[in-house]
Amino acid sequence: MRLGRSGNLLVDLHIDAPLIGGVLLLCAVGLSVLYSASDHSLEVVGKQGVRMLMGLTSMIAIAQLSPLRLARWSPIIYTLGMVLLIATAIVGTGRGAHRWLEIGPLRFQPSEIMKLAVPLTVAWFLSDKLLPPRLSVIGATLLIVVIPGAFIIEQPDLGTAILVMAAGLLVLFFAGISWRLMGIATAVGIVCAPIGWYTMHDYQRQRIITMLDPAADPLGAGYHIIQSTIAVGSGGWSGKGWLNGTQSHLEFLPERATDFIFAVYCEEFGLLGVLVLLAAYLLVLIRGITICVNAQDGFSRLIAASLTFTLFIYIFVNMGMVTGQLPVVGVPLPLISYGGTSLVTIMTGLGILMSIQTHRRFIVES
Amino acid sequence: MSFGPRMKERSREVQIFHRRIIVAVLGMLVLLGVLVARLVYLQLMSHDHYTTLSLENRLRVLPIAPTRGLIYSRDGVLLADNRTSFMLEVVPEKAGDIEQAVGRLRQFIELDDEQLERFRTELRQRRRFDTIPLKNNLTEQEVAVFSVNRQQFPGFNIAGRLTRYYPLGSQMAAVVGYVGRINEAELKRIDPADYSGTTHIGKEGIERSYEDVLHGTAGYQQVEVNAEGRVLRVVERSAPVPGRDLHLSIDTRLQAAAIDSLQGRKGAIVAIEPETGAVLAFVSNPSFDPNEFVNGISTRLYQSLRESPDRPLFNRALQGLYPPGSTVKPMMAAGAIETGLRQAGDRTYCPGWFRLPNVSHKYRCWQKVGHGGVDLVRSLAESCDVYYYALAKDLGIDRMHTLLTDFGFGVPTGVDLPGELSGLMPSRDWKKRARKQPWYPGETLVNGIGQGFMLATPLQLAYTASVVANRGRKMSPRVVARIEDPATGEVEQIQAVVSPSVAIAKPEAWTAVVNGMHEVVQGQRGTARATSVGASYQFAGKTGTAQLFGIKQNVTLKNEDIVKHLRDHALFIAFAPLEQPRIALGIIVENGESGSKAAAPIARALFDAYFLTTAYGNASG
Repeated sequence: MRLGRSGNLLVDLHIDAPLIGGVLLLCAVGLSVLYSASDHSLEVVGKQGVRMLMGLTSMIAIAQLSPLRLARWSPIIYTLGMVLLIATAIVGTGRGAHRWLEIGPLRFQPSEIMKLAVPLTVAWFLSDKLLPPRLSVIGATLLIVVIPGAFIIEQPDLGTAILVMAAGLLVLFFAGISWRLMGIATAVGIVCAPIGWYTMHDYQRQRIITMLDPAADPLGAGYHIIQSTIAVGSGGWSGKGWLNGTQSHLEFLPERATDFIFAVYCEEFGLLGVLVLLAAYLLVLIRGITICVNAQDGFSRLIAASLTFTLFIYIFVNMGMVTGQLPVVGVPLPLISYGGTSLVTIMTGLGILMSIQTHRRFIVES
Repeated sequence: MSFGPRMKERSREVQIFHRRIIVAVLGMLVLLGVLVARLVYLQLMSHDHYTTLSLENRLRVLPIAPTRGLIYSRDGVLLADNRTSFMLEVVPEKAGDIEQAVGRLRQFIELDDEQLERFRTELRQRRRFDTIPLKNNLTEQEVAVFSVNRQQFPGFNIAGRLTRYYPLGSQMAAVVGYVGRINEAELKRIDPADYSGTTHIGKEGIERSYEDVLHGTAGYQQVEVNAEGRVLRVVERSAPVPGRDLHLSIDTRLQAAAIDSLQGRKGAIVAIEPETGAVLAFVSNPSFDPNEFVNGISTRLYQSLRESPDRPLFNRALQGLYPPGSTVKPMMAAGAIETGLRQAGDRTYCPGWFRLPNVSHKYRCWQKVGHGGVDLVRSLAESCDVYYYALAKDLGIDRMHTLLTDFGFGVPTGVDLPGELSGLMPSRDWKKRARKQPWYPGETLVNGIGQGFMLATPLQLAYTASVVANRGRKMSPRVVARIEDPATGEVEQIQAVVSPSVAIAKPEAWTAVVNGMHEVVQGQRGTARATSVGASYQFAGKTGTAQLFGIKQNVTLKNEDIVKHLRDHALFIAFAPLEQPRIALGIIVENGESGSKAAAPIARALFDAYFLTTAYGNASG
């Protein structure tokens, strides 16, 4: 097979080696933990493997597109995403929450699209503005962020909404929005917090109460956190060994293949395993930071930085939730939790990073 | 996009961007630090705590009840067995439509509404995979019918469980007792860990007094459960240590002979081997079937047992209190010689009555016409009351109290059965305390012939007989001869408890007393002379009659005039053979009227049974 101009498959396919190395490493860890968390179900592992292949395909496909093209397509994707969000609000499905949209055989959460579309659009919007952005530009940016955020909160899916908005606001942060402004916004936020409390759904309030005192409701809302901290704590330094986690195998641990898979990992591989996992994540994150530092245009810089740190936020929020430091918000552990939607989103985001890294020389040449 | 002219602004943008990246990286490191600190806290510092929680989560300890020790008689007959009783159980998650299945089941197995009600309540309360009992104690026929049709009833199972069973039923109830469900008071007494799998506990008799020997030690199995509590596998198992077996000194043949000899009359019989204190027979008649009590007796049956005028639940041998009557005379006689107040040949004149100085009241001899001049041997043989009125007057109540207490009256024998009563041996002190009255001299006389305040249990009578048979050596009665560990074969002999001998130092005292008691059954005028006819061995006895009915002075009543339950109790103590006695007896026949007619023949029958039909009997001597 002819492999393009350079004869190097990675270069010709716009694949960044450190990034894909880290991703494959994490995928491998993910599949092995999933095998344990699913009680040795090869079917589940196979299904997730197929999703990973889909994610990898999506990642590599996105990497082929130059950042310039991505920037141009951003508002279109955003608009499409908004249409789907509105459609979800009207005809969406899901238990107690309208999150899913079914089109033919496809069943997905439009909010996932927004995890990428919002930062992309904000980065595109800011890329031809003078930075740091003026107040009017910030106002317009906030609209781009808050409108989809509000729809997602209404679904209701506070966790995703926060992550979507965080991705957009991160772009603003890297665009150099003044510290004074951020300080004012934070102050306003604190003042408005009580109002937010009263507009929350009961279950959202319950989650916050539970996070503050899980023992108050050991069989109800606190059960998740208590059982997952038991799993993490009983793992100790070196863990109970792969497939030997009692908390997970005896069904004490809820959501052990999805949002709480990190607890299974901690129980079976211990702190040592956690440090190895964090190192693998850091490999990806450091590569992402390198890419955004090396990026050669405003759009690339902003979107690369936003995606990299959003990935970190996902990791931190999930691990914080499993270890009982953050409320249970339903954020999967990137590349490891069972489930396709977030996997494909994360991998697509990493594909954008690859695109930025591998398309640099064309920009320089042109 | 434009990459164009405003290069200066662009480079400033990059500068800001790089600063922001540094801030973000620092923030990321701080958050990572927090996360790692939390993980170190959970996984290293609190590891032990969470390990414990995790183990508590998944491991449950289920007790395994030990098998209760068996009880055997001296002649090897099983007295208390563990039998499999069958119960019908249902596992709801496997059973499908339970109501419909129960409906069909009623064609084969009788189910009353009470059982169904209890079953339905449990069905609602328990988990789907729990086993719920539907009916206890299935008959063999029910088991067979169900087994044939079991494919129609998925989720329904017959389970066997060990239940205590007493093969000899009422025959051994007075001594073996029975087990029953543990009640609240017993729960407080027992070690909850050791009894966590045990449902039954000894309530009466040997079952109760040897509970700790019979029970054994509970075993445990550690099982892994999931979040629902379903048992997934056994992690560790420590086998229970079965209870040890008891071998009683009771001989079932002698026991059966004793019950037969009572011929349905109320009464009690205790037989003791004098040399060892081993209890050979222990009968209280009528009795009850202890099997009824094991799994809870029905209220109706219990009511009828309780309210029966024959009091079958009352353990007469252990707790029945009777005036010992003339059976105290041998001990009085021994005391007479020991104190020097009488020589064996000294005669007391019996005109048929005795009077204290300056008191007009006549204390009458049972023989109204009098015995004439009576020596010690004759006083026993013919049971002359006047001889003992005079002796009692000379001894005084204080010396009598010391003497008779020494023989075992008024103190528990220390038998290894629960609930023994001590009877009553009155004294001046006792009367002051209990009656708030001084002691009257006339009461001394009445006590001299075993009447008045004196009370003794049949066990005590047999014990005093064995003390006389032993010439003063006191061996506490023992029902259990030895304890055997069925697992190891280890045998523990129960040692007889030897108390200091009775303070009768003069050998001639014993000779005279034994001669007198021998004359009772042997002498031409012995009160029980008919009993020894044709016996191939020599024996000794003493008749007694316990008056229940105060007969006024100068009034003669024929026994036929007295309603049966107020007639005198017939008593007899005896031992055989004369030298190196092998068996001593205490016999009471309630309302038997006469010790010589009702009680003494029983002794003969039991001696015969013991010597002629059991291997222990040796008629010589």
